[in-house]
Amino acid sequence: MSVSQLIEEAYTGLKSLVIGLGVTGKAFVQPGVTVLYPMEEVERDALVTFRGHVELIGKEEDPAVPRCVACGACVKACPSNCITVLCPVAPKEGEEGGPATMAPPPQKGCKTPGAFIVDFSLCSLCGQCARICPVDSLQFSDNPYMVSFDRKDFQIDLLARLKRMAGEEAGE
Amino acid sequence: MNLEQLLSLDHPLTRLVIGLLCIFAFVGLNGLVLVWVERKVAGHCQLRPGPLHVGPHGLLQPLVDAVKLIGKQLVAPAGSDKILYWTAPLLAFAPVTVCFLPLPWAPELSMIPMNLGLVLILAFSGLGVLSLILAGWGSNNKWGLLGAARSVAQSVAYEVPLLLSVMAVAITAGSLDLYQISAQQGGWPWQWYGVKNPLAFFIFLVCAVAETNRAPFDLPEAESELTAGFHTEYSGMGFGLFFLAEYANMIIVSGVAAALFLGGWQGPFLPGVWWFLVKIYCILFFIIWLRWTYPRVRFDQLLNLSWKWLTPLALLDLALAVIVAGFGG
Repeated sequence: MSVSQLIEEAYTGLKSLVIGLGVTGKAFVQPGVTVLYPMEEVERDALVTFRGHVELIGKEEDPAVPRCVACGACVKACPSNCITVLCPVAPKEGEEGGPATMAPPPQKGCKTPGAFIVDFSLCSLCGQCARICPVDSLQFSDNPYMVSFDRKDFQIDLLARLKRMAGEEAGE
Repeated sequence: MNLEQLLSLDHPLTRLVIGLLCIFAFVGLNGLVLVWVERKVAGHCQLRPGPLHVGPHGLLQPLVDAVKLIGKQLVAPAGSDKILYWTAPLLAFAPVTVCFLPLPWAPELSMIPMNLGLVLILAFSGLGVLSLILAGWGSNNKWGLLGAARSVAQSVAYEVPLLLSVMAVAITAGSLDLYQISAQQGGWPWQWYGVKNPLAFFIFLVCAVAETNRAPFDLPEAESELTAGFHTEYSGMGFGLFFLAEYANMIIVSGVAAALFLGGWQGPFLPGVWWFLVKIYCILFFIIWLRWTYPRVRFDQLLNLSWKWLTPLALLDLALAVIVAGFGG
């Protein structure tokens, strides 16, 4: 290596050191980005990218009813088997008109789910269900403060949740 | 020797006792403050707040940490050399007190007048390395031994350019007394040796960071490779003394740098001791800033930098200083 090359290398090295000091120096005077949790909370707008458990999206004309067509694609796509969708099946002709039985989708004539339950304790938040849904009825919720002492609290009934959320929104 | 003589400030023994008390108080208090500053600077450089909850802005956090350290059990590992193992932290801290003696805080503030202050500091700061070797060897731990081996190679490599850069200033000033060297500079930046001889200042700063084992030259500790290097096995105040010695050494090198290159206590408007403290803290802040900016260098890079760059440059600088001093004086 020639002397001029050495000096050039030393010069670029020194320059990069100064640039590095500039980066941390600038960061030093900038305000921090940490949120001091118990005293402060992240703004709701900043949570759009947060991956909570999946939730159903309501129809535009009736937000309490999900867009879901009970096709069962999400159930099949889920690698953790944490989604349970059930379709109400009308009693067959000639049988007693007892309570409607529930059966896994797809069922003929069933266009809306009778039950939609997510076991969040199994979910790995991969998002395959939301990606595969043909009618875009699933999305990640944005509540980072979900916490419980009871495992049962993570068996989330999404239909009931959607109804509650729609009621809350209408009430506002 | 009667009591009256002993109680007067003129007696060297009285001055020594008072001075040592001041030094211990200053080192202890500064250790706490610097730990806080270190963590705050680290936090802000990484866009987070740093310690925040104990006391106003986390100011009491180091005090609480110190209480925790003091409360911990002192454990020596099995198979360790007990005498060496416990001598090391004491030996790390002992030279610090001596090195504080010649620092020129203010023209009227000196404990014992000494005309070879610079030599004293350089000689006793070499003892620090010995303590690292003892700690690494006495621990009976491979990380400790590796850290100790690294510290020896590092301090041998960096003491040479450090001495040469200091010598350049000493020759320019014609003295080895830090008080006299400070007095020969003025209160304004263009009168400082750091501005007149920036190369020596730069070399001194790099070597000072290396001699105090601070990042990016913290290879003897290297927590990501050697757990904690030479102090891997130390708990409680054994570790605390090493820690305190590191911060005290930082203050010493900053003080020497301020005296040699930044005009010491001299400055307009304020009394001397405040200027000296301001200059020390500026250099300390810079050293801490370096730590949170640069990654640790590799061992061959460390030695190459010293032997291939700093030592020849320092020799060149010394030669220039001799020529300038020869023709000027």
